[in-house]
Amino acid sequence: MQSNTALEYDYSVAKLYMWTTVIFGIVGMTIGVLIAAQLAFPELNYLMGEYGTFSRLRPLHTNVVIYGFTLSGIMASFYYSAPRVLKVSMGELPLINALAKFQFVAYLVAATGMVISLGMGITANKEYAQMEWPLDVLIVVYWVIWGINMFALIGARREKALYISLWYYIACFLGVAMLYLFNNMEVPTLFFSGGLGAWYHSVSMYAGTNDALVQWWWGHNAVAFVFTVPIIALIYYFLPKESGQAVYSYKLSLLSFWGLMFVYLWAGGHHLLWSTVPDWMQTMGSIFSVVLILPSWGSAINMLLTMKGEWNQLTENPLIKFMVLASTFYMLSTLEGPIQAVKSVNAIAHFTDWIPGHVHDGVLGWVAFMIFAALMHMSTRVFKREIYSKSLLEAQFWIQTTGVVLYFTSMWIAGITQGMMWRAVDEYGNLMYSFIDTVTVLHPYYTIRAIGGLLFLIGVFMFAYNLYKTATAGRKLENEPQFRSPMA
Amino acid sequence: MSLTEMQGYAFFFFTIFLVVILYGYILHLYKSEKDGVRDYEKYGKMALDDELTDKPIEENPKETNEKKEK
Ligand code: HEM
Repeated sequence: MQSNTALEYDYSVAKLYMWTTVIFGIVGMTIGVLIAAQLAFPELNYLMGEYGTFSRLRPLHTNVVIYGFTLSGIMASFYYSAPRVLKVSMGELPLINALAKFQFVAYLVAATGMVISLGMGITANKEYAQMEWPLDVLIVVYWVIWGINMFALIGARREKALYISLWYYIACFLGVAMLYLFNNMEVPTLFFSGGLGAWYHSVSMYAGTNDALVQWWWGHNAVAFVFTVPIIALIYYFLPKESGQAVYSYKLSLLSFWGLMFVYLWAGGHHLLWSTVPDWMQTMGSIFSVVLILPSWGSAINMLLTMKGEWNQLTENPLIKFMVLASTFYMLSTLEGPIQAVKSVNAIAHFTDWIPGHVHDGVLGWVAFMIFAALMHMSTRVFKREIYSKSLLEAQFWIQTTGVVLYFTSMWIAGITQGMMWRAVDEYGNLMYSFIDTVTVLHPYYTIRAIGGLLFLIGVFMFAYNLYKTATAGRKLENEPQFRSPMA
Repeated sequence: MSLTEMQGYAFFFFTIFLVVILYGYILHLYKSEKDGVRDYEKYGKMALDDELTDKPIEENPKETNEKKEK
């Protein structure tokens, strides 16, 4: 490698993913608001024939926000920050740069295929693994290319040690690779049944309780390795960089990393409490879920302590606001999850609205907030421009925070009410309420959730506008900012 | 001893074992820092000084050799 002083970081791949993050964010969350409104006002199910029903749109929502919005955000951050902490530019490795662009094309094809097939109602019927086998094959190819690129970058690094964020990206890569393969073991029906069914259909290789176990081993670890591990990679890079403060304790970050890796894999059983899964497995799921508080809070507290002595930045810099609130929400949901995993609590919480409530304080408050902050931080370096509007960013922060709070508080109340009503019995042991009684009681909370979701979505549009304006009309910067992202 | 009892003992000792590993790792981190083997905290700087022109916190030896060869 030549030592060329004019050498610069090449952000072309990161830039591509930045835009898909925004597009999938808008699509996925618009569908989210629509299905939230449908739960409150069922007439909204009939807007577009079969394509507009809740059952069609719900998997579309989850898949687009997870594999569209979140994954794009992760990839944008990876291709932006991994070269930086390794001190190699993607531009120095033309082959890898080309491969990364090919990976992006594969991603676009897979994501488009996902939206179309789920929209048409073609599904493998496993939660978060609804895509049919042809798409699964494409996703494996995509993932393998990511691995090649990651390790090629690491091989060419100037920095000897790997920064903690990279440990988390590697864990994300390995964890998803292993879990995805095992969970998606499926038999294409056409080839093994003597020509029955459509070519794209398949059935799972596992059956009954085994299928459920493998499914939630994946399902929960999708939360671990897509919603947690890579987002921790983001915060370990972007919060220190934006604030100019090194991680409070690097040792704590290492300890939390290994803690998280050991504990997370065993917690998935908490999705199957009170089911036909062996009792000891359920207990193990509960126990490991509670232990999980430690490594999760280890990272989150480490991030908050990174701001020690610099808390004035919280009032001055909206990006710091987003990130500090993100780590706070991370703490909230990693306390809430273990509570729900306690068997007696789960007996009330399972199947109720408390679960989507828990999901969304995590994904909206932690995942989405981190992705917004990361993209805005990057935008000043990638486009070499000042952030278009600080006040818009501030307004987005407050509107979205209000939205998240409305979302999860309404679902807490709705969920617990629902759980209590389902099990309420009179003095003779007869159930006191029928299902429709709960629906009537929950209606106002569903409406509040839809309003909260709408506020969050408005924030997403503000973000998209701000990012677009930054890229096209922000004041040009002479030099790359060192820490704090400049904004007008 | 029944199988369930054995599972119970196995579980207990395995937990103890994991706790020992965990505390052992913490001790290892602090000890290697105290003995000057490795200064972990300096790695935090990797996120801050991440320009291509910044001096690496710890030079990759492979990279340095390649430069010498040139
Ligand atoms: C405007 C923002 C959003 C709104 C209004 C919204 C709304 C909804 C609704 C109504 C459901 C179905 C709940 C049910 O079946 O009872 C749902 C499920 C889900 N959403 Fe969202 N959502 C939003 C953003 C997101 C984001 C950003 C993510 C992830 C990054 C996400 C991940 C999920 C997941 C994983 C589920 C399935 C939860 C479960 O199975 O319990 N959502 N969402």
